[in-house]
Amino acid sequence: MSTISLAVRDSSTMLRRNLLHARRYPSMTLNLLLTPIMLLLLFVYIFGDTMSAGIGGGGPDRAKYIAYIVPGLLLMTVGSTTIGTAVSVAMDMTEGIIARFRTMAIHRPSVLIGHVVGSVLQCVLSVVLVGAVAVAIGFRSTDATVLEWLAAFGLLVLFSTALTWIAVGMGLGSPNPEAASNSAMPLILLPLLSSAFVPLHSMPGWFQPVAEYQPFTPAIETLRGLLLGTGIGHNGWLAVAWCVGLAVLGYFWSTAKFNADQK
Amino acid sequence: MTDLAIAANGLRKSYGDKLVLDGIDIAVPHGTIFSLLGPNGAGKTTAVKILSTLVSADSGSGEIRVGGHSLATDAQAVRAAIGVTGQFSAVDGLITGEENMLLMADLHHLPKDEGRRTAAELLERFDLTDAAKKPASTYSGGMKRRLDIAMTLVGNPRIIFLDEPTTGLDPRARHNMWQIIRELVTGGVTVFLTTQYLEEADELADRIAVLHDGRIVAEGTAEELKRLIPGGHVRLRFTDPAAYQSAASALREAARDDEALALQLPSDGSQRELRSILDWLDSAGVEADELTVHTPDLDDVFFALTARTDTPENSENPKEAVR
Repeated sequence: MSTISLAVRDSSTMLRRNLLHARRYPSMTLNLLLTPIMLLLLFVYIFGDTMSAGIGGGGPDRAKYIAYIVPGLLLMTVGSTTIGTAVSVAMDMTEGIIARFRTMAIHRPSVLIGHVVGSVLQCVLSVVLVGAVAVAIGFRSTDATVLEWLAAFGLLVLFSTALTWIAVGMGLGSPNPEAASNSAMPLILLPLLSSAFVPLHSMPGWFQPVAEYQPFTPAIETLRGLLLGTGIGHNGWLAVAWCVGLAVLGYFWSTAKFNADQK
Repeated sequence: MTDLAIAANGLRKSYGDKLVLDGIDIAVPHGTIFSLLGPNGAGKTTAVKILSTLVSADSGSGEIRVGGHSLATDAQAVRAAIGVTGQFSAVDGLITGEENMLLMADLHHLPKDEGRRTAAELLERFDLTDAAKKPASTYSGGMKRRLDIAMTLVGNPRIIFLDEPTTGLDPRARHNMWQIIRELVTGGVTVFLTTQYLEEADELADRIAVLHDGRIVAEGTAEELKRLIPGGHVRLRFTDPAAYQSAASALREAARDDEALALQLPSDGSQRELRSILDWLDSAGVEADELTVHTPDLDDVFFALTARTDTPENSENPKEAVR
């Protein structure tokens, strides 16, 4: 069997194992889904009037604020889901079965690829669920073309893949699931420090670079542009570059950690 | 060297400045059971981890070949030839026993029908059919270990590493496991077994190597090793001092314990030797009130084999069988 078909076959076997885990024990996935949904409801219904008044400069307009924050929350959902990935990878590495996999003549990275593909599927599912809640409370993206919708979906998958590979590295680098959950915190903190909730120009000057030079802001601006027709500018390429960079970095980091000698 | 299933020369491994394996040689012919015997921390698990490609040997080691393939240059070929059942169960607790088996079948790239058939046969053979649909985390220790071995056998490996396969099992489960291991070898499989029980090595192994502080301090068949071990004896105890005195004078070669009114005769504990001792006692007219057979255990082996470094003369903890 050629290397490629071996890799595909073993990875799909590992993916099935991970999906089986996720289906048997869905509580973790659901828990992580609650955070973005709660933030969405909180910012729209509790802070919504004040926030929209501050951003728009005019009177309160809750509908406009929904439109503003939904793209950010969709990507925050991705960040939240990948925390679960870091935890489940760390948990998995404590299992004896992983030692067994290492002694078998299988495509080695398939163990990790199974986690990544499973996690990306979960991200997509979670985003669809959070998106459904957003639509239910009044979010609309009716002006977007089919092409823009496809691009938005592509961005979502790319962004999920990038964060997931980083999360897998974090999971492998952590001695236990608790530590993994701590080290993966930036994945849910970064969107809070991005243009998800308020525009960059409304932040204090010294802080703007922090919000600007991180993966969430260009990805959010791109998604916002695709769904709502706002200007994307150079953010599209920036977002793609961030995603590819993080995915490649995460892949090499994770496989190096996985291939290293075990104690 | 090519006709050996496992061949290692000068296998070395240290973690930081802690030397775990200090250049051990291992040679295991095809179709035999080799046992690495030693206490906790002797380096047994490290040896298994190296031979099963989990960790790499230190650069100072000689050539290591498993199943005819070099460990250093062709680890993937070694992996295709071996099966490993570790000390800590290598089953996926979150999925059912059957799913674990099918997972192995898929990873060995068996066609779907064959995978199902193999899984069902092995579950049946290891008496797990009833529990097949339950999550493996709900299994008892013995069941987990059986599932573990069943999973190892899916790929039909020719060389199997068993790292302390019976540690933590109750006596019945332990005897089941011994039976399973014997059956494996009748099928021509080579077994590399680690254990801390002399009795287990004695029951199963064709050759035993005693590992102590990262060195092999003795190697041979169970019989050869036992000959190295003093401490096996028959103990005769008397209640009547007069009977004790007359027996002691009749049995001059016996070691005396005047306070306990007991005599000790060297013996390997075998039926043949016990019978000759009994015949001899009869002919000498000696009648003890109590006769116990002391067989050497691992403690004795270690005290005997490492006597130069640490020096307890006699184990005070021999296994006893009261007759």
